[in-house]
Amino acid sequence: MKKTTLSQVFFALLKRDLLLAFRHRAELFNPLLFFVLVVTLFPLGTGADTKLLQTMAPGIIWVAALLAAMLSLDTIFRSDFEDGSLELLLLNAHPTSILVLAKVLAHWLITGVPLMIIAPLLALFLGLDQDLIGLLVLTLLLGTPVLSLIGAVAIALTVGLKRGGILLSLLVLPFYVPVLIFATNAIEMAMSGLPVTAQLWILSSFLLLAITLTPWPTAAALKLSLS
Amino acid sequence: MVSLEVRDLGCIRDDRILFSKVNIDLYPGQLLLVEGDNGSGKTSLLRILCGIRLPEHGHVIWQRTNNDKKTAVSVHGQESYAGDMAFLGHLDGNKLDLTVTENLEFSCSLALGNSSTIKEVLERVGLSYFDDLQVSNLSAGQRRRLALARLLLSGARLWILDEPFTALDKKGIAMVEREINAQLDQGGLVIMTSHHSVSFDSDKVTKLSLSQ
Repeated sequence: MKKTTLSQVFFALLKRDLLLAFRHRAELFNPLLFFVLVVTLFPLGTGADTKLLQTMAPGIIWVAALLAAMLSLDTIFRSDFEDGSLELLLLNAHPTSILVLAKVLAHWLITGVPLMIIAPLLALFLGLDQDLIGLLVLTLLLGTPVLSLIGAVAIALTVGLKRGGILLSLLVLPFYVPVLIFATNAIEMAMSGLPVTAQLWILSSFLLLAITLTPWPTAAALKLSLS
Repeated sequence: MVSLEVRDLGCIRDDRILFSKVNIDLYPGQLLLVEGDNGSGKTSLLRILCGIRLPEHGHVIWQRTNNDKKTAVSVHGQESYAGDMAFLGHLDGNKLDLTVTENLEFSCSLALGNSSTIKEVLERVGLSYFDDLQVSNLSAGQRRRLALARLLLSGARLWILDEPFTALDKKGIAMVEREINAQLDQGGLVIMTSHHSVSFDSDKVTKLSLSQ
């Protein structure tokens, strides 16, 4: 008999989800394409006023990233729910909250990280000051995992419904707004040369709270959706 | 020694009583065959027994350690029970974009421990030649066989099977019956529903009828 430990299960699930995502490469590009399209359409809509674009850049990039993250939420549990493997994930001796965390981490690596990689390019395109690009990426690094973690709770609640789309956005948006406010505020403050440590600490605390508090309600909501 | 006790179990779905006052005592080496018409609550009963669904009232008790009625704990939310039990539902639970082996490797890591290797198990269910094929290329019967392979790999003492013969050919049905018999001979327990007539020794089988 060989025993499996919790960390082995965590990494096995992470590996499985990343492998599945890799075999579905085409779907990966949807949120990313949406992100790039929204950001590139803004200058066409508002006119090429450099000053205006520069002040709006953090807001545009963050709102687009937030919507792209929301668009991709459905993929966290949908396919597992439909093929029955979600039942098997819940029906084993390992704590569901840890398995949920592995799934959310995989989802963030697949959807959040590409946004972070492409964001600096789009920021340059909107004329954001080069010194601020590092800060923008940092806010995305702290903020996008929160979006995935909070979204997982909502998607776990609505995965059993045929059309949960509208309900999903109503559920998650109130929780996304604080992240949006503090992240864009940090960059705006930095633009006027003010310190931004407070905003960054608040974003970090959001992240820590989300990592520690969301796996349990997600696991409970999944059980509710399956029963 | 009773392994699985079900006391006064009831299930209500959409304001309709599916069943109530279901009592089961299942001993090691026994098979419980749940019978009933379509919609009589067979699947709901199995989902309650495996812990996915909560019953309206009643308890499911796995391997009661002492005879004190008050300390007996229901299986719902008990992690040790989940390690002893393997469930095969209507859905196969295979990932279509993974190969047969990758699917089984993942279920290996979910199980607490297992005694057979993937190769052995694939031979037993007759999928040895398909081990590196993606599940999306397999037929419905082969997918069902893969789900059964996962069951064998789990090493669980209690199997809960919802219509295990669906989509299987005659050889497949014989294979499943052989594996169930082997499981019972090892002192395991099986709870299943089936529309096919099954051929097991009558002294091993307990029947439960859910029809009103």
